[in-house]
Amino acid sequence: MLILQCPCCGVMADETELAAGGEAHLKRFGPGSSDDDFESYLFNRVNPKGVHFERWRHAYGCGKWFHAARCTATLEVFGTYSAQVTEPPQEIRDKISARRPGWRWREFG
Amino acid sequence: MSDPVSALNRAAFTGIAQIAETGLQGMITLRGDLASAVVIKAATAAAGTDMPARGEAKIKGEHGLCWMSPDEVLVLCPHAEVAMTIAAMEQVLAGEHALVVNVSDARAVFRVSGPLAREVLSKLAPVDLAPQAFRPGMMRRTKLAQVPAAFWMEDDRTFRIVCFRSVAQYVFDLLKVSAQEGSEVGVF
Repeated sequence: MLILQCPCCGVMADETELAAGGEAHLKRFGPGSSDDDFESYLFNRVNPKGVHFERWRHAYGCGKWFHAARCTATLEVFGTYSAQVTEPPQEIRDKISARRPGWRWREFG
Repeated sequence: MSDPVSALNRAAFTGIAQIAETGLQGMITLRGDLASAVVIKAATAAAGTDMPARGEAKIKGEHGLCWMSPDEVLVLCPHAEVAMTIAAMEQVLAGEHALVVNVSDARAVFRVSGPLAREVLSKLAPVDLAPQAFRPGMMRRTKLAQVPAAFWMEDDRTFRIVCFRSVAQYVFDLLKVSAQEGSEVGVF
């Protein structure tokens, strides 16, 4: 069972209280972008075994979106952080580095 | 003129805990910047209590303020005073970016009381309800089995539960099953 701490209300929220929002930190390619970029933005998602960044919503609680960094293989949670950022904060990256030295995820690592 | 009626008209059940639909309760949703002095003034004046911090419920009789999310509080007041309270709040909030809505008749309210009340609720919600983890004064929005609900504790053995009116019968049935005779677990 996955338990994430919602950074908005501070509650330790069980997975059944949350709604999954897919991969985090997508860069949007809209009108005027190349077909390849647009296709990639729409359809291409990473599916890593290991460190992963995701969006979640505390649907049955405060209703707010947030980000989570976790390991898909062990369900270890490295941390949760605000939805209002475009990349993982340094504090979260440090925590991951301590547990998974040399990790990479898309352009981060 | 018809009288307002609560969802289950004060239905009650006694098993390992007492369960009762509490009847009409005035509830007003207030959304806005909870750090704004004007919003705080509108909320505290309406409820007659202090502003709740994150995850808190400040309850005084039929009045109270419950923290719902970073930009939302639930104002409790007697059902008959809702219109008057909203008018007063809107006067304070004039010019402020905020929302005040009467949600009293969209909700149902239950009370679960008795020494095993924590157990009855623990069977239904994914929340740590151990006495050291969940105490009177705290507020939790979560789910009861399949439906959203929120609750706080009036005292160490009494929960007050708020859910949507449309699922009031479902929640009452859930609580009845959870509190049926002989279903004590003895975990707390």
